[in-house]
Amino acid sequence: MSLWWIAWRNIQQRSLASTLTAVSMALGVALVAAVLVIHGVIDRSFRRGAQGYDLVIGPKGSPMQLVLNTVYYLGDPVGKIPYEHYMELISHRFQLPDGRVAPPFTKCIPVCMGGSHLGFPLVGTTPEFFELSFMEGEHYEFTRRGGQGRNMEIGNLWEAVVGPVAAKAANLKLGDQFQPRHTRGLDEPEEHHPFTVVGIFAPTGTPNDRAIFVNIEGFWRMHEPGTDATASEGQTAAQSGSSPPVASQTPAPAENRQPQTGSSDSPQKPRSNACSEPSEHQAPQRFISAVLVRLDESDPTLNVALPRLIEDYRIAGVQVFQAVHPSVEVAKLLEGIIGNVQLVLLILAILVVVVAGVGILVSIYNSMNERKRDIAIMRALGASRLTVMMVILLESILLSLGGGAVGVLLSHGLIGILGPLITEHTGVQISALQFQLSELVLIPGLIVLASLVGYLPAVAAYRTDVAKALAASP
Amino acid sequence: MVLQLKEVKKSFTEPDGSPLPILDIPWFELGPGEQMVLVGPSGCGKTTLLHVIAGISRPDSGHVKVNGWDITLMSEAEVDRFRAETIGYVFQTFNLLPGFTALENVMLGMRFGRGRVDRNRAKYLLERVGLGHRLHHKPTALSVGEQQRVSVARALANRPKLILADEPTANVDAGHQQQIVELLRETCQEEKVALLIVTHNMEVARQFSRVDRLEDFNLVLKKPSSGLPPSSDQ
Repeated sequence: MSLWWIAWRNIQQRSLASTLTAVSMALGVALVAAVLVIHGVIDRSFRRGAQGYDLVIGPKGSPMQLVLNTVYYLGDPVGKIPYEHYMELISHRFQLPDGRVAPPFTKCIPVCMGGSHLGFPLVGTTPEFFELSFMEGEHYEFTRRGGQGRNMEIGNLWEAVVGPVAAKAANLKLGDQFQPRHTRGLDEPEEHHPFTVVGIFAPTGTPNDRAIFVNIEGFWRMHEPGTDATASEGQTAAQSGSSPPVASQTPAPAENRQPQTGSSDSPQKPRSNACSEPSEHQAPQRFISAVLVRLDESDPTLNVALPRLIEDYRIAGVQVFQAVHPSVEVAKLLEGIIGNVQLVLLILAILVVVVAGVGILVSIYNSMNERKRDIAIMRALGASRLTVMMVILLESILLSLGGGAVGVLLSHGLIGILGPLITEHTGVQISALQFQLSELVLIPGLIVLASLVGYLPAVAAYRTDVAKALAASP
Repeated sequence: MVLQLKEVKKSFTEPDGSPLPILDIPWFELGPGEQMVLVGPSGCGKTTLLHVIAGISRPDSGHVKVNGWDITLMSEAEVDRFRAETIGYVFQTFNLLPGFTALENVMLGMRFGRGRVDRNRAKYLLERVGLGHRLHHKPTALSVGEQQRVSVARALANRPKLILADEPTANVDAGHQQQIVELLRETCQEEKVALLIVTHNMEVARQFSRVDRLEDFNLVLKKPSSGLPPSSDQ
């Protein structure tokens, strides 16, 4: 029979008051746990989204906006980069500060933003987008872990690959056709050439899960009147040659390998192609929103020097590019804005826990009058002052930890219930089993809080006059 | 001697600050295994005397020796431990802890004593007092007589040298009074424990060969007596 057991029995003796105080603690801790878990998930999700690329190159403007739009599909694009500027950039050889000529980009993928389907962002890009790992060691899967179909083929203008969250929410399956809107939002009445879903990749836990990816050439051409989808589909192998260049040192998979898929070693120019190279009078003006770049990881100088060199690069005497490290911008975002919001939420949640702790204090302290006799009996049976003080402190700790444990379970239970909804609306993957290491802080935190709030009633127990309390009527 | 009191004085303070004498006992002793009753009217200081003997209250002066140890020289923590190990206390109002079962109430005494809880002994004692079938009942589920029997079992839990019983029959109906007294006497005899009962009930007192009287805060009879004192006050 330990002091813990005695404390537990005392709690049971006042079951209603104990339950109410534990519930208030549970609610407070549930809030704290929820904030910690959501903080962790958002943090991981943001960092995960930024891990796939070393640099994002875009038009001059806000670097944060560039990253948010390009990597997270939030907000509007910073601006447009004329396609020929992009071509010029990737063919340029930068002179590094150490005198070397910069090697070509390991990967360099153009993306176009500005359309949507049922509210899910439409991204025009090349198939190589899905050949990059979205984070270290993790690649897009089309045949395993829930992935379906295949990657789009560069010459097939009207093929689309859909993120798993977007596919589920928009009810898109392999072979389905959809007509995106070329600008974001659902109030745009104009619809365009349909795309056919050829692939749905396995969940990545990145914002890409919520996006719909279409062939960049199709993206440019989908608003052209009279575009004939059937004419373009299936003709690529024979006619390709003008697909958007992608700088790459690694060969594309066989099914995607294009005759001219570019290496930036040599300047590339779009070749004539019936599918993707429009004739003069109908050629859309080609713009891209940004370029996703993967650099040689073994060359740290590149990572440091290239953004500055790219920003200083002039076309017709004008600086037109900015290059940012997405991870740096994400860190700024997390620490500067999201971090502060979460800090405020965390402080509020901790205040709720403290109030719940005060509730425990009030509950135990108010019970001390009616328990003086019990304490006196324990003393008369030989319990020392310290022993009865410990019993009261342990009661407080049990109530706090018990309420805390229920709170953590409550929090994760709610997250488990709401997880699918959150994933559907935000793309952030969250499940009941996503525990944060920081939640472990709750244990010592609650013990300290319980000891503090239990101290006053414990001292009252310590000071109980045994003879007087025994003499009082039961 | 199991119990020796010498020049023990105890007073309380009146609201006006003046001292109110409660006890003035020049000498008192009780031998090992001896059983006696101390009688006196209500308010004469019987309970205070037991509190002083048990170390729950400290005397203003004098010495209290239990099993050869002067508890007036011990620290409070030492007295607490000594009390748990050496003295069993049967209260007038039983004073069982309401949140604990009969068995747990008996084991609590062990927990605060030597710290080692002997569950089998606790069961044995409850069976001995006739509550083998009520081990896991809480006090509220026990009759008044059963509660007092649990109290007796609890007092014996740590194999004490001395049992102090404060009006053990006061809250028990007439039918159970005799049972409680017999139970106390028998179990103390079996366990070879000295028994000191304070009561104002002369029916209880008549069953003991040694009966002392406490009046006006003084022990009237300071030496072992042989039978009921001449002035019964029931």
